[in-house]
Amino acid sequence: MTTTANSHSSRQTALLFAGLILVGLIAPFLVYPTLLMKLLCFALFACAFNLMLGFSGLLSFGHAAFFGGSAYITGYLCRDLGATPEVGLLAGLLFGGLLGAVFGLVAIRRAGIYFAMITLGLAQIVYFLALQLGFTGGEDGMQGIPRGHLFGLVDLSDNLAMYYFVLAVFLLGFALVHRTIHSPFGQILKAIRDNEARATSLGYDVARFKLIAFVLSAALTGLAGSTKSLVFQLASLGDVHWHTSGQVVLMTLLGGLGTLLGPVVGAMTIIGLENQLADKVGSWVTVIMGGMFVVCVLAFRRGIVGEIKAMLPGKGR
Amino acid sequence: MEIFGIPSQAFFGQLLLGLINGSFYAVLSLGLAIIFGLLNIINFAHGAQYMLGAFGAWLGLNYLGINYWLALILSPLLVGALAVVIERSMLKRLYQLDHLYGLLLTFGLALMAEGLFKNFFGVSGESYEAPELLQGGMQLGFMYLPIYRGWVVVAALTVCLTAWYVIERTSLGATLRAATQRPDLVQALGINVPVLVTATYAAGAALAAFAGVLAAPIMQVNPVMGSNLIIVVFAVVVIGGMGSILGSIVTGLSLGVIEGLTKVFYPEASAVVIFLIMVLVLLVKPAGLFGKQA
Repeated sequence: MTTTANSHSSRQTALLFAGLILVGLIAPFLVYPTLLMKLLCFALFACAFNLMLGFSGLLSFGHAAFFGGSAYITGYLCRDLGATPEVGLLAGLLFGGLLGAVFGLVAIRRAGIYFAMITLGLAQIVYFLALQLGFTGGEDGMQGIPRGHLFGLVDLSDNLAMYYFVLAVFLLGFALVHRTIHSPFGQILKAIRDNEARATSLGYDVARFKLIAFVLSAALTGLAGSTKSLVFQLASLGDVHWHTSGQVVLMTLLGGLGTLLGPVVGAMTIIGLENQLADKVGSWVTVIMGGMFVVCVLAFRRGIVGEIKAMLPGKGR
Repeated sequence: MEIFGIPSQAFFGQLLLGLINGSFYAVLSLGLAIIFGLLNIINFAHGAQYMLGAFGAWLGLNYLGINYWLALILSPLLVGALAVVIERSMLKRLYQLDHLYGLLLTFGLALMAEGLFKNFFGVSGESYEAPELLQGGMQLGFMYLPIYRGWVVVAALTVCLTAWYVIERTSLGATLRAATQRPDLVQALGINVPVLVTATYAAGAALAAFAGVLAAPIMQVNPVMGSNLIIVVFAVVVIGGMGSILGSIVTGLSLGVIEGLTKVFYPEASAVVIFLIMVLVLLVKPAGLFGKQA
């Protein structure tokens, strides 16, 4: 890569982040902040997921376990042990990563379709634990999680303060994903995705790279789930249900696999659609989601951002 | 009479329930394995097709007066026909792509079917009466055997063994196995492989629907009955590996029995025991008990 190309791409990056921050700062004055916070949580979730499916070629059908599992952990710490929100989120991040390491060590033994089925099965164990362990509140979920005071100073029960905190968490997570993708590590992941045999023959320990990617993705997913539990003051069985795993797959697929902004766009579309449709079509939402899967797979595999990129001249992936 | 401190009636009752669940695991994982062999697609809609089979029987009985025995034939035929449409119009476009797209497409179809039935029938579930001929039960001394439950095990095993016989011992099965290995070569020998592929998908779906009709009188007929089951069946497939038909049958049945026994001795773990076994098998023999390491 030449120096000009380098400075060109770093200018693009600066523009991208400036744009994101600007939109993020203005948005709560135009849209209901609670909806925006939900959106940001799922956008982070989808970005973390994309690290697996889009950049490593691994389809996990068990990411709800990290999302929901960390939500419970944060909820427990903040509500029952009186931890502050930043400690709660950090614990959620760590828990996600730890659980990701456990899942990864088991699931990475098989590739492709088996990987998807194994992660689904492992997530089901977490689901049943959440159903049966006392502290999760079972069917009722864990309710009344306090948002608390950030660093003991900023009162997060104020929606606007909470929003900017969530925005900061999202931007940090997004920056980490961005950094990972553009690092040598990210390049190796893409090499493994595109040709695993060649990556192995070049001397890379493929299993170890996959595992690291999985842990990173799971940790960020956990962070997203923890943040969500603070925003809505609730951690529920829905968060660990396989439906949530399916939802994040759809967000990523719809937005554009392996693109940086795709998952954000996908999450925005799905959450926005749900919000608009919920009172009009009620339970048809599942049918519509299923239909979107079918359309995406048959006719729209590049996703929204992927299609836009393909239309721009000279910007193929 | 007691077995390990458990009254024998309860013990054998759970064992029978486990055997029944195991029969369903066997039929469904068999169908998944056959479809995967030829289409290279994991059919996530398999659970939905099972659910459609059960609802087919229930709707037939309540709206058209179609009895159980007729439903046992008609419901799989209808679901099979639907599968032909799905394969011809959608799945065939995916064979050149990564296997994951097939999984995602059939996942979408499963969501659609589940959502549609939820809209019309809710999630509470409908009950379906067993046919008169199979009602009642027998006292065997060590346990009470409801006749319908015995019938389910016998019927499911018969279907499994028939499928095994057709695939492993007939010329049709030989063609099928050849097409699994080298579709291009089989095509060159003058056999219409695309038709074979369509028929295979339809047969797999029909098997699932058949299991659904069998399940209708003992499980609640409800829209989510399929998705709950399919996740367990995926684990069964991971444990057994998809290389062997007989392997799928044996794995399905024995996991059902293990699950049943867990219900007797440690009920809290019965929902997860199959997934835990999956973890154990992956750690010891990653390719699955009957699988070949890819």
